[in-house]
Amino acid sequence: MGFEAKATIMDADQIRRAIKRISHEIVERNGGVKGLVVVGILRRGVHLARRIADYIEKIEDAQVPVGALDITLYRDDFEVTRNIQTRPVVGTTDISEDVTEKVIILVDDVLFTGRTIRAALDELIDFGRPSQIQLAVLVDRGHREFPIKADYVGRNVPTSEVEMVEVRLKELDGKDEVLLGEVSE
Amino acid sequence: MSEPLKKDLLGLDGVSADDINTILDTAKSFKEISHRRVKKVPALRGKTICNLFFEPSTRTRASFELAEKRLSADAVNISKSGSSVAKGETLRDTAENLQAMMIDVIVIRHSASGAPHFLASLLNASVINAGDGAHEHPTQGLLDIFTLREKFGDLKGKKITIIGDITHSRVARSNIYGLVTLGANVTVCGPPTLMPARVSELGVDVETNLRRAVTDADAVNVLRIQLERQKVNLFPSLAEYADVYGINSERLKWMKPDCLIMHPGPMNRGVEISQDVADGRQAVILEQVTNGVAIRMAVLYLLCGGVQLTKPDDVIEAAEEKEDTKVS
Repeated sequence: MGFEAKATIMDADQIRRAIKRISHEIVERNGGVKGLVVVGILRRGVHLARRIADYIEKIEDAQVPVGALDITLYRDDFEVTRNIQTRPVVGTTDISEDVTEKVIILVDDVLFTGRTIRAALDELIDFGRPSQIQLAVLVDRGHREFPIKADYVGRNVPTSEVEMVEVRLKELDGKDEVLLGEVSE
Repeated sequence: MSEPLKKDLLGLDGVSADDINTILDTAKSFKEISHRRVKKVPALRGKTICNLFFEPSTRTRASFELAEKRLSADAVNISKSGSSVAKGETLRDTAENLQAMMIDVIVIRHSASGAPHFLASLLNASVINAGDGAHEHPTQGLLDIFTLREKFGDLKGKKITIIGDITHSRVARSNIYGLVTLGANVTVCGPPTLMPARVSELGVDVETNLRRAVTDADAVNVLRIQLERQKVNLFPSLAEYADVYGINSERLKWMKPDCLIMHPGPMNRGVEISQDVADGRQAVILEQVTNGVAIRMAVLYLLCGGVQLTKPDDVIEAAEEKEDTKVS
């Protein structure tokens, strides 16, 4: 089973511009960087969160703390598997900043059913009581199963449910691109 | 010979390096949870776990119970005194009654070697061995190995010396199986009367001279002298044991300056380990305890996380296929 790409939705330049725009929107909407914490969802969300924080630093000349959130233990959809090698891998959460009274910018690569974001919200509020949580995603592909909406979107991509959206990032995949494709046998 | 771990953790004998590494890697992630403001994740919500302790325990029992609670499982504790075991109920009946109450996991400590294996063959619930007689104590082995891996990274070629009553030590056996699988060089050292026959067949070096055993070790794991398991006098006196095999500050000088000192607890201070060594700079004994909670969380998550435990294999396969085609 693999992924067969049909089209490139975003290339490296488009990804860069989208992240840059999102960074500007975040600063504009929040009137600066005071109280901001950017938290990425493992794995690709963390890299996007770092890029956003870097842009914000360039724009405002102020550092924004970045955190990493692994939502595996908050998932509602992992089923029993044959042996321990096929269990969802638990990554490491790193929220060293106190989130209470902060504005959290939650970052993920693709927004789809909204279940990942539900899990992330539950996990985040176990760390404290943020004054706000805002959601930034690189791609919104629709098909929500929960009442969740992104505050910052790189690109809206209408998809069918059987299609897949794959985000590739330099840090992990050697190249920046967003692909639309299908599951191949 | 190494079957992948599925529902039970009975020992480290025959567990593959891949499975051990999966548990250790998972534990690394779980360690952070115990430092959170809310020390709890919902991974095992709705699971019921019974801690069946037929032998006394502080550390292991508290550690399992905390691991269960931090994963949001519901835990029931049963000990020998105060239960129907004291009225003579058999292990089989106790276990089957617990299963009839829809227990998902049984954590068992028992003085009889093989008691957890017996339950595992009998029950649908996951069985985790928390120490069976002189056989194995796999989660202790794993937490010791985790502590070593945190300090050394790769364990290949590291020399780990285990000192004391090897014959009666389930801690030693689990450590040996796990460490040898991961490529460490293990030396066991102790009086010949406390050394099992043919122990070298487990892939360890045997040394009766303490100085030779510790001189180039990267870590020394000091076992507790278990007076409750001594049916005959296997050494003349505690004082003499301390004299010949006790680890004290004099003997630390025989070791490398950064050699780690480990002990599975409870310590007999002044017997196998002296006061100053137990509290000294090289001791990682309390780190072992901290790591124990993370290891047990990892084992519980890996063995019984997910929707249901008792599905027949074909249903599991179908579920796996479904999982595979799911997209993010």
